[in-house]
Amino acid sequence: MSSTAHRTSPAPKTSRGLKQTGFFQGERSPAALVVLFALWACLAFAVLFLLVLLVTTFLDGREMFSWHLITDYASSDPEQAGARAAILGSVWVIATTAVMTIPIGVAAAVYMEEFADHNKWWNRAIEVNVQNLAAVPSIIYGLVTLGVLTALNIVQRNIVIAGAIALSLLILPVVIVATREAIRSVPNEIRQGSLALGATQWQTTWRQVLPSSVPGIATGSILALSRAMGEAAPLLVLGALVFVTFDPTSIFDQFSTMPIQTFNWASRPQEEFHQLASATSILLLVLLLAMNAVAITIRNIYEKRW
Amino acid sequence: MNNTMPAAPATDDVAAHLGESSPGTHLERPDNPIMACEDVDIFYGDFKAVSNVSLQFGFNEITALIGPSGCGKSTVLRSLNRMNDLIEGARVEGTITFRGEEIYGKKVDPIEVRRRIGMVFQKANPFPKSIYDNVAYGPRVSGMKVESMDELVESSLRAAALWDEVKDKLKDSGLGLSGGQQQRLCIARTIAVRPDVILMDEPCSSLDPIATLRIEDLMHELKQDFSIVIVTHNMQQAARVADRTAFFTALSAEGSGDRTGVLVEYAPTRKIFDDPADQRTEDYVSGRFG
Repeated sequence: MSSTAHRTSPAPKTSRGLKQTGFFQGERSPAALVVLFALWACLAFAVLFLLVLLVTTFLDGREMFSWHLITDYASSDPEQAGARAAILGSVWVIATTAVMTIPIGVAAAVYMEEFADHNKWWNRAIEVNVQNLAAVPSIIYGLVTLGVLTALNIVQRNIVIAGAIALSLLILPVVIVATREAIRSVPNEIRQGSLALGATQWQTTWRQVLPSSVPGIATGSILALSRAMGEAAPLLVLGALVFVTFDPTSIFDQFSTMPIQTFNWASRPQEEFHQLASATSILLLVLLLAMNAVAITIRNIYEKRW
Repeated sequence: MNNTMPAAPATDDVAAHLGESSPGTHLERPDNPIMACEDVDIFYGDFKAVSNVSLQFGFNEITALIGPSGCGKSTVLRSLNRMNDLIEGARVEGTITFRGEEIYGKKVDPIEVRRRIGMVFQKANPFPKSIYDNVAYGPRVSGMKVESMDELVESSLRAAALWDEVKDKLKDSGLGLSGGQQQRLCIARTIAVRPDVILMDEPCSSLDPIATLRIEDLMHELKQDFSIVIVTHNMQQAARVADRTAFFTALSAEGSGDRTGVLVEYAPTRKIFDDPADQRTEDYVSGRFG
């Protein structure tokens, strides 16, 4: 009796043996295939919808793509009109928002992660409510800002700083949550190693935890800012739907932004303005995609090093 | 084995081995202790993790803490430089002294304690920084007056037997080193702040035998300048490196499942391994339990 024959002889069938299945059984059963197809269809529908939207918007706006769009101010003549003031307005508002939001958001997250005593009810209440704030509709933040400005007797409310405050309130919870995630992903061994060398908690936070969290903070902040860049509602409440024909030069200047300019043009009766709205939308989309690309690049470069 | 023994007599037994009245104990104590625990209980919340530990750590000696899992040896180690303070609900009763000064005293700053009593962890934890910055970190944060940081980094890496391997890549990340090198980097980093005592919490448990031997050789060298306390699961390691060995075990409290660590026997390493006074020590070092 050769060993080969011994090996090929069937093993005794027990309940623990692998069950043989046909082609249309298990993961290939009709039910499984139908569900799989349904999942694919959902995905395809979403992607297709986005593609159609992008293509039609591009086709609508393609005739208006010219340097006029970037270099000229809004005008009652569609041939002369451009989104220069809106583009610069967006840059001003987003830059101001970033300057206000990132330090406050990071500081809040550092407090919550590294210093707050989680046994105290107020710290837990703050945590829950930061999560809740992230779900508040954006127009509410516009109304809050409007209310505060009115209470302060500020008549000119359509100014860069007011818009930036509204957008800051809107994205602050997002920045806080993203920063907390980044801080939490720093291994505890790093903190312990630092403390065991006689570093204070401040030094540990400042020299170890925060530098290690920068990629996560940067990614989260950029994504939050790109959301703010696409927002129109809170700014409309502040009265940003105006005809701006100058470059903002300070945070107290009036402004328009790209989503508001789009909204403005889209509500005009003339076809040419609709085309301008489409062209501006595409420009906004390109900017947002660029920001997201930067965020993804940062994330990939600084992937987990532990 | 320890489960069959009622808790109270066992503790008396321990006391008999360590108490002043017990003949011979005096001779076994270090002549020149740098640190000492006196009747130390350690709690996590309501849970008593370690009960009634009295131990002296000799100056420029290596003291090993051994015992089965859950016997509280790491807890004792972490209480020696107040790293336990970082765990919520952790509390130390009794006195722990460093050079005669109580480290849990009201006016004592835990930061200062940790600068004098350094710690090397079970898993090598280099900072995500360059090798140079890893070593320079401690002196920088503690504001040490250093004539030349380059020299301090070099001497610390030399003392940790790592200099020759890394002298050409000091700017490279510490995370690029092998496991054994990372652990020696952590030792270099600890040495750089010139502590008096170095605590090591199973420093070789994730290293291969060759890297382990290098660390053990290193410990013999470091003994000239530092007092070392090491927790180890590896009895042979304790036998190889330690001057004195303390054997801990866990006792189950009556009526509850909580297990409290107690010190069974503390003696020169040779005595612990060759001629232990307590049956439980003998069972453990001969591999019959734990």
